[in-house]
Amino acid sequence: MNWIDIGHIDDIPLHGARVVKTPAGCVALFRTGAAEVFAADDRCPHKGGPLSEGIVHGQSVTCPLHNWVFDLNTGAAQGADEGRIGTYPLRVEAGRLLIDGAAVGKRSAA
Amino acid sequence: MTQKLVIIGAGMASGRVIEHLLDADPGAYDITLFNAEPRGNYNRIMLSPVLSGDKTYEEIVTHSDDWYAERGITCRFGEHVVKIDPDMKVVEGENGHVPYDKLVIATGSAPFIIPVPGHDLPGVISYRDLDDTNAMIEAAAKGGKAVVIGGGLLGMEAAAGLKERGMDVTVLHLTGHLMERQLDEAAGYLLRKDLEARGITVKTQASTKAILGEERAQAVLLESGETLGADLVVMAVGIRPETRLATDAHLDVARGIEVNAQMQTSDPDIYAVGECVEFDGHLFGLVAPLYDQARVLADSLLDQPNAFAVKELATKLKVTGCDLFSAGDFAEGEGREDIVFRDPARGIYKRLVIEDGRLVGAVMYGDTADGSWFFGLIKDGADIEEMRGTLIFGPAFQGGASADPLSAFAALPPEAEICGCNGVCKGQITRAIETGATDLGAIRATTKASASCGTCTGLVDQLLAVTLGDGYAAPQALPVCGCTSHTHEDVRRLIKSQELKSQAAVWQELGWTTANGCHVCRPALNYYLLADWPLEYKDDPQSRFVNERKHANIQKDGTFSVVPRMWGGITTPDELRAIADAADKFAVPTVKVTGGQRIDLLGVRGEDLPGIWSDLNRAGLVSGHAYSKGLRTVKTCVGTDHCRFGTQDSTGLGIKLEKHLWGSWTPHKLKLAVSGCPRNCAEATCKDIGVVCVDSGYEIHVGGAAGMEIKGTELLCKVATEEEAIEVISAMTQIYRENARYLDRIYKWLDRVGLDWVKAQIVDDAENRRALAERFQLSQSVYRKDPWAEHAQDSATRAQYAPLANLTLEAAE
Ligand SMILES: Cc1cc2nc3c(=O)[nH]c(=O)nc-3n(C[C@H](O)[C@H](O)[C@H](O)COP(=O)(O)OP(=O)(O)OC[C@H]3O[C@@H](n4cnc5c(N)ncnc54)[C@H](O)[C@@H]3O)c2cc1C
Ligand code: HEM
Ligand code: SF4
Ligand code: FES
Repeated sequence: MNWIDIGHIDDIPLHGARVVKTPAGCVALFRTGAAEVFAADDRCPHKGGPLSEGIVHGQSVTCPLHNWVFDLNTGAAQGADEGRIGTYPLRVEAGRLLIDGAAVGKRSAA
Repeated sequence: MTQKLVIIGAGMASGRVIEHLLDADPGAYDITLFNAEPRGNYNRIMLSPVLSGDKTYEEIVTHSDDWYAERGITCRFGEHVVKIDPDMKVVEGENGHVPYDKLVIATGSAPFIIPVPGHDLPGVISYRDLDDTNAMIEAAAKGGKAVVIGGGLLGMEAAAGLKERGMDVTVLHLTGHLMERQLDEAAGYLLRKDLEARGITVKTQASTKAILGEERAQAVLLESGETLGADLVVMAVGIRPETRLATDAHLDVARGIEVNAQMQTSDPDIYAVGECVEFDGHLFGLVAPLYDQARVLADSLLDQPNAFAVKELATKLKVTGCDLFSAGDFAEGEGREDIVFRDPARGIYKRLVIEDGRLVGAVMYGDTADGSWFFGLIKDGADIEEMRGTLIFGPAFQGGASADPLSAFAALPPEAEICGCNGVCKGQITRAIETGATDLGAIRATTKASASCGTCTGLVDQLLAVTLGDGYAAPQALPVCGCTSHTHEDVRRLIKSQELKSQAAVWQELGWTTANGCHVCRPALNYYLLADWPLEYKDDPQSRFVNERKHANIQKDGTFSVVPRMWGGITTPDELRAIADAADKFAVPTVKVTGGQRIDLLGVRGEDLPGIWSDLNRAGLVSGHAYSKGLRTVKTCVGTDHCRFGTQDSTGLGIKLEKHLWGSWTPHKLKLAVSGCPRNCAEATCKDIGVVCVDSGYEIHVGGAAGMEIKGTELLCKVATEEEAIEVISAMTQIYRENARYLDRIYKWLDRVGLDWVKAQIVDDAENRRALAERFQLSQSVYRKDPWAEHAQDSATRAQYAPLANLTLEAAE
């Protein structure tokens, strides 16, 4: 693991999301609770909807384009829809957001 | 030989250390105890009962002067230690030096004071020790107003105590809900409700700008510009470990004094314990872990092996009548699952958080009897798979109990209004049922409830079900979504009658089965709340679809479209130039004229939105709300200005209407048009509201649509003047805002309530029409503004449009 500090948890509104550009593509950071965040692909497997623009509820997000719902724990689409988004290790330490650089394709600084 | 032990700070942690030390080996050390406070150790956490008057100081003293004397401890109370010299191994007090063999720093923490202007005025008090408590008691004796800054544990206890002593108390809290570190939104809402019930005013999202006063504090000024009178200001915004002595002595200090698992600092002869320490990145603010530390430290001082480890913590609030409990990681960690239980009738909320088949967190409000049982399961990491289904009902669960969706109705007070049209309360309906009206028709006949617009039918049905029990089979109406069994109409009525003013209030009082709703109910609730409580409820962008949150329409490739407003379809060469320049500058791929007489810039990238908005704003252009469930456009034809058939100034009226209505949120989109004569070039008769000018005045038509369904309007009324037309249209918009389901266009809503009902409300009843128009105006005082300007100018909001970080850029070698 190679934890990279990417910002403060309060940079993400409660029940909202922000995007981080990574070598692995755009990753969305979802804030599902006061101190709870998840990282997952920003691209919906259906027709590429930007998931960071969806409505965040419970530990899920609803795609803004056609309302597919994804569980942020597993990345799996819920209900009748089939598909999965990638999820990435993300932790909060003293309010700072740390993402696993290795998982998002970032080479560690030599 | 007896060694010399010096302890700095006679607080809760060091008190325990001394007890353990003397129990194990009374002769091991010759102890000198410094304390800045002019007294020995007392039970600091019981200061709140002292403040509220439930206890006296004498009752909370844990170590009396005699106690220290009997054990031969040299007390230097009321004396600050000013310096530690680790090389010479001496401690410097205000009244002289003391050498040590071993030193314990137990200086606790200092209240954090927000450095706003006026923070040092007399009358501004923090809440940490007996002197603070006495100062508050003394201030409260004079009565008057108290403002408590900080809605955490200490702030709550201070507020409740001061209220108990007869002060008029307001609590200010920076974030959205109280005690956000210990509670989630729903529990925070219930706490707020309990505090408000005892007369304490709570303001959330309230940021203090300054404390005002000449000689002493007189008022608190908020960032919002509001001023609150204050004879006493209590700052309870947090604590900071008291590390100054350690820093000066060059010990390792991070946020607290760093210690190892033996409570030893970076100097092997100096130990630290209590709130002043930092262990493995953790700080401490509750006594339970400090007691563990005290035991470890006593062992370390006696060369016994022991090690401190961080454990889960539970919080309770010492305010009688506010039963709350929170423990563990209820808001952290991945791979977790929620179990939620709400009993609106009894004001109970419970939420358990489960991870890998184990309970990791619990939040409870109203009924905390099972708190310690849950806390035990959390601490033990017990496997709960077996009892998962019934876990939330606690250890005494006998089987069978489940949340009753009808309990919200049972809980409604008799004076709660059920039928808004005829002003019928719950009590009248239950009486009617009890005296023999056992179906909807009979209720309508006897009470008139549900006999007019019909939107309260669902509620009357539920009341029949509650009152008649199994004897009544309520027709199944479709609920809002899977989170609730209520229909849209029920929810709207209950929001009004129970005065529910936040989403957390609705979730709790109406028994939502999820922690914070879903993508179906959240936008609906957000709309209902802002429509019914324009001044009290704050719009929640996270409960809106992306278009309304970003104030632009998302396109299928994830780019956005930008449509500036053109009042009544009128523009100028300057505006057109600004639009053309913006299109060039932001490389807009498509520029199109819309069906609503506007220009659409399609294909703008999300992060460019604030930039293009500022450019358009500079030319005087504002958002066209082409994305909103709200007023879209008012189309006009050229009317008397140019057209030989024109009967009235249709363009002028259209512009006036648009300037009056813009920015308002409605259940669905709202499109208007004004045609200058019955030839109807602006196609007013397929709009939600259309005006057709005639020689003698203005015909107002409603309920048209030209979408998936095509529908011509119906005539609402005819008026003689522009002023009357504007009033009728305001009232029409407002009655639709107040009554329709979210996502019903006017025509759909009219199908439910009937045009005759609307006519009776706003055509025949002049007083009601005026009242509706006034309520619309009140709402517009909040919402008639340009969201583009707000978003583009506020740097924090603007930042939300850009990526949080960009990891694709490699740092320079
Ligand atoms: C009103 C209130 C209510 C609380 N309620 C709860 C609760 O319900 N549950 C809970 O678990 N916790 C509660 N707490 C927190 C709890 O009281 C603290 O965690 C605990 O007191 C910390 O113990 P300590 O020994 O580290 O510090 P303290 O008890 O603060 O003792 C430190 C002592 O060191 C002295 N000192 C500091 N600097 C110097 C110096 N340079 N020279 C000499 N002396 C010095 C101070 O005067 C002080 O007396 C509450 C706190 C307050 C203020
Ligand atoms: C001398 C009188 C008239 C003048 C000066 C006039 C002018 C215009 C102008 C400038 C427009 C384009 C802008 C707009 O939509 O407002 C327009 C559109 C239109 N006119 Fe006229 N007009 C006149 C009479 C009429 C009449 C009598 C009819 C119908 C019988 C008519 C039907 C229309 C229609 C259908 C449109 C298109 C509306 C749209 O695009 O949404 N016009 N007219
Ligand atoms: S009306 Fe139909 S064709 Fe036109 S923009 Fe909407 S979906 Fe596309
Ligand atoms: S693109 Fe996400 S649901 Fe269609």
